[in-house]
Amino acid sequence: MDMLMSNLYVFLLATFLGFEVIRRVTPLLHTPLMSLTNAISAISLVGSIVILGEQRTTLTTVLGALAVTASMINVVSGFLITDRMLRMFKQRAPQGKGKGA
Amino acid sequence: MPGTHDPSALGVSVQQVLTQVSYIVAAALFVLSLKWLSSPTTARRGVIAGEVGMVLAIAGTLMLPHIEAFHWILLTFFVGAAVGIPIAVLMPMTAVPQRTALSHSFGGLAVGLVGTAKYYLWVADEPHRLTHFVMGVLAFETILGYLTFTGSLMAFGKLQGILPSRPITYRGQNVVNLGMLLVAIVVGVYLNVDPSQTTLFPVLIGLALAFGTLLIIPIGGADMPTVISLLNSYAGLSASAMGFVLENKLLIIAGALDGSSGFILSIIMCKAMNRSFTNVLFGAFGAVQQKAIEGAEERTVRSAQPEEAASILAAAQSVVVVPGYGLAVAQAQHKVRELYDQLTRRGVDVKFGIHPVAGRMPGHMNVLLAEADIPYDSLLEMDEINPELPHTDVALVIGANDVTNPAARTDQSSPIYGMPIIDVDKARTVMVIKRSMSAGFAGIPNELYYMDKALMLFGDAKAFVGEMVKAIAAEGR
Repeated sequence: MDMLMSNLYVFLLATFLGFEVIRRVTPLLHTPLMSLTNAISAISLVGSIVILGEQRTTLTTVLGALAVTASMINVVSGFLITDRMLRMFKQRAPQGKGKGA
Repeated sequence: MPGTHDPSALGVSVQQVLTQVSYIVAAALFVLSLKWLSSPTTARRGVIAGEVGMVLAIAGTLMLPHIEAFHWILLTFFVGAAVGIPIAVLMPMTAVPQRTALSHSFGGLAVGLVGTAKYYLWVADEPHRLTHFVMGVLAFETILGYLTFTGSLMAFGKLQGILPSRPITYRGQNVVNLGMLLVAIVVGVYLNVDPSQTTLFPVLIGLALAFGTLLIIPIGGADMPTVISLLNSYAGLSASAMGFVLENKLLIIAGALDGSSGFILSIIMCKAMNRSFTNVLFGAFGAVQQKAIEGAEERTVRSAQPEEAASILAAAQSVVVVPGYGLAVAQAQHKVRELYDQLTRRGVDVKFGIHPVAGRMPGHMNVLLAEADIPYDSLLEMDEINPELPHTDVALVIGANDVTNPAARTDQSSPIYGMPIIDVDKARTVMVIKRSMSAGFAGIPNELYYMDKALMLFGDAKAFVGEMVKAIAAEGR
């Protein structure tokens, strides 16, 4: 019961913190925001690794292997594509007469 | 015993302490990661923080005592990376909404699978762990995970063009869908009362998979920004629920962050369309279309050739470009960049006005234009650009329709009445690049096109902008 209550508190605080932090993200970056949070929530990888690593039954090993693969795809592609997108966002060249001038 | 400092006496090994430390640092890094994403200048630092957090969390997990099958873990890591890296590196920016939907579906799948595995493990070996609360959360996690999986797959299919992006509706749809969800909940409650009913668990899974499919199938392409955000929120919430089942606070925190992010984005999208969640999910748009099309009548519009349009643009002092999904479809972003360069070189002040729901996911247009090297300080939000439009010489609408329809401001009978729009009709001249006069997604005729100051530019966005670029370049010499 103690564990449950403290988990609920953690969930509540994390949700409020999430609201406050994410409200400040500029709409300009909403797409990278979504792919970054997606990569972060692939933290379910942690749970999948435990299932796979324990190798208790054939069924759970197969389910675990699929889950680890799916989460790993999200971790890798999520972080990489977020960075790829963010690298594209450039500021205007200082007082430039257009590009390449 | 009080006063004991030997950790092993408390049943805690050094590895377990290290695992816990890695988790708590990872949680802090995830929060910082999102905080740094708030501005383009610190955003890449945010990605690095997230990556370090993830590596720490994985390392901490691998240190847990009962982890044995390292060969399998390495193999699945390898397969995951082998699939993930090409997706991230090769995926064109126009396909980002599809990739996002696909990754939500993978996320949901992973959560569903873990929930399933945990259920069968505990039912067989440790039934005492399946308390009412744990079983309830487990059922919730599993339903949410699997429905996110199929729902996001449907969204992916629609965005990729495998499935028709028009809403697929039939009579009694909402009753069927809600009925199915209700049955799933009843099964979940029954399992809660008697967790040993192992045959019911697959039924629960089947219902969740079917519900996810049927929930998204009727939703049309233009509602995708809201739907993707909502699915993002579900994926996060399901990961958080998994944290409750596994008693892992890192999962709870990361899932809650993702869940609240998706929720905020869905609210922003709904506000930008002046619609409610229920309206998007159980949409009224199918019905709206027919009514609106009846109202359409034959009227004349003014149209222009690329050369004429180009000379108007070149003579302007200020131009606001309003992009929409049509720009993504036509892959016109690089041509638009050339136009931007040509005009900027001539001293024309060019800005972009981005409606929150332009495109197929939040921020879609910004990413496309950034990909084409258009500096991000030229990309303005709706609220920033609207006050400037009355002093703007030319508003150039490319592949956007409903988000520029003045009926949203003036016509109370219009289905989009009350939706915030970009006020292109207040600019001195409005030019609209469009394939034909067909109505937009909502099937609502756009008064804008019949205004005296409006000029229709018929053609493919990419080809037409290309022609204009050539014309301006020729004129410049």
